[in-house]
Amino acid sequence: MNWITNYVRPTINSLFSRREVPENLWSKCPECGTMLFHRELTDNLQVCSNCNHHMAITPRDRFKALFDAGTFSEVAVPEPVADPLQFRDQKKYPDRMKAAQKSTGEKEAMLVAEGEIGRMPVVCAGQDFSFMAGSMGMYVGNAFIAACERAIERRAPLVVFSAAGGARMQEGILSLMQMPRTTVAIQMLKEAGLPYICVLTHPTTGGVTASYAMLGDIQIAEPNALICFAGPRVIEQTIREKLPEGFQRAEYLLDHGMLDRVTHRKDMRDELITILRMLTGLPPAVAADLPAPEGAAAETAAEVAPAPALVETPKAGEPQS
Amino acid sequence: MNYLEFEKPLAEIEGKAAELRAMARNTPEMDVEKEAEALDKKAEQLLTDLYKNLTPWRKCQVARHQDRPHCKDYIDALFTEFTPLAGDRNFADDHAIMGGLARLNDRAVVVIGQEKGSDTKSRIERNFGMARPEGYRKAIRLMDLAARFKLPVITLVDTPGAYPGKGAEERGQAEAIARSTEKCLQVGVPVISVVIGEGGSGGAVALATADKILMLEHSVYSVITPEGCASILWKDAEKMREAAEAMRLTAQDLLKLGVVDQIIAEPRGGAQRDRKAAIEAVGKALDATLAKFDGKSAEKLIAARRKKFLDMGRKGLAA
Repeated sequence: MNWITNYVRPTINSLFSRREVPENLWSKCPECGTMLFHRELTDNLQVCSNCNHHMAITPRDRFKALFDAGTFSEVAVPEPVADPLQFRDQKKYPDRMKAAQKSTGEKEAMLVAEGEIGRMPVVCAGQDFSFMAGSMGMYVGNAFIAACERAIERRAPLVVFSAAGGARMQEGILSLMQMPRTTVAIQMLKEAGLPYICVLTHPTTGGVTASYAMLGDIQIAEPNALICFAGPRVIEQTIREKLPEGFQRAEYLLDHGMLDRVTHRKDMRDELITILRMLTGLPPAVAADLPAPEGAAAETAAEVAPAPALVETPKAGEPQS
Repeated sequence: MNYLEFEKPLAEIEGKAAELRAMARNTPEMDVEKEAEALDKKAEQLLTDLYKNLTPWRKCQVARHQDRPHCKDYIDALFTEFTPLAGDRNFADDHAIMGGLARLNDRAVVVIGQEKGSDTKSRIERNFGMARPEGYRKAIRLMDLAARFKLPVITLVDTPGAYPGKGAEERGQAEAIARSTEKCLQVGVPVISVVIGEGGSGGAVALATADKILMLEHSVYSVITPEGCASILWKDAEKMREAAEAMRLTAQDLLKLGVVDQIIAEPRGGAQRDRKAAIEAVGKALDATLAKFDGKSAEKLIAARRKKFLDMGRKGLAA
């Protein structure tokens, strides 16, 4: 009986359900269970078209949608010492790194890019949750500092998209030291009079929340993102009571005064343009006469040349939505 | 004396010596002094050996020892005219962080530290040294006060970590820690930290982002507790010995990594065996360190502090 219910049935079920979902065509929304066509999901920036659940998006995909015509260039990040502690748990740290690099195709958990958003130069840094839970170690610290330095050099605002399980445990105390390190970089950016906008995405936790993710001039979160210092499981174990519905989610934090805004991913670009233009003393953005670039058209354009997506000459009564 | 698990053999020998002496007291004709002295010597040797090469996990146990001097002990013994200042002016006064004005060898300073408590009642009152946002906001307020009146800041770090509670999260634990770290980096006065016991994660960084970070010989400072690390990476909290080993959380390793600046030697058998000597050693080190910053301008202090942290860890264990 037990063997049948616990082992045989799940095995059979998993065989069938695997067949039902060909991996490269459809994915299932983890929130409402709707089957979503992959291309549609990509076009929708990994947001479920049925329930608006925001799934993880890689920094690269996010930047493609964020920068004008999907064009951006990567900012070089100084290489830290690899495996500074010669850390070993059940696996060696370098082996875990290699596995993460192979599965994500990325070098590390943060991507720094510069380009134009609404024809305004902006430096962006995005944390990649799929790379070792986006965890913050020396590289992420270096990347964040490089982003600040580049922003200061270019006199450009900085937008950071945070997503992390916390500190990179395999770098021990050195990962903890990224809290003061990144804070120093933010101070330099602020002294240069440049805006720092922090967009908190699901999940942003631990030492990342307790440093650069809470020090933005403007704090925006994506809907339903988990944002916390200590995770809900740890808290439930400590206080031995059930936590209320929606605890530590973006809307909850907004209610408790910890955020400025909660913004849907599809509105993020326009909102960033609006806010950044006001903070940097630019006139309101005006939509161009050009037709909105289609996904495919934009991508080819991106490879050829940076195409101007917006025209800055003010046109009467046509504010960018 | 409260013995730690690994000190059991020592407890046995010391127990035997005490037993012998008690017996001799009842039967005066017995001469046990020689034997007892031999046992004493043996115990002493064992203690020296035990503490010479403490494993990282044993260091954690020593760092958490209940008889170790805590923040309040240091403040009471080293500082005069200690005037506690309370409250964050927003919500509450957090008893896990104590702080105020005080004099160290007549020099006026602001002293801030986490206090774990020394008996059940005070431990509960101090929340075992786990601060809530109010504690960090009080620290921020006191650091501002120090900067305004050009008083050096001394922080005594001893916490398992910031408190993981519902209210703490609702009131912005992460933000409070981030702002406290930021404040440490902003003040134009010397900031000196001493890790006297446990330096637990973000809750410690918030007070330990300093010009000079000193550590007691058997204290630890880490990104997460070994138990926490073991349960995440080994999926088994009982693997804390392995985790402690891998994390490099001892004062000796942290000095090698360039994360801390100086180690303060503890009396034989740890600070808990000779509290007075340990406290005096910390006082001496603080005094000497503070003197190094005399006459430094605010700009220079801030610039040097920033550089220190930006450069930190660039060399790994090779540093």
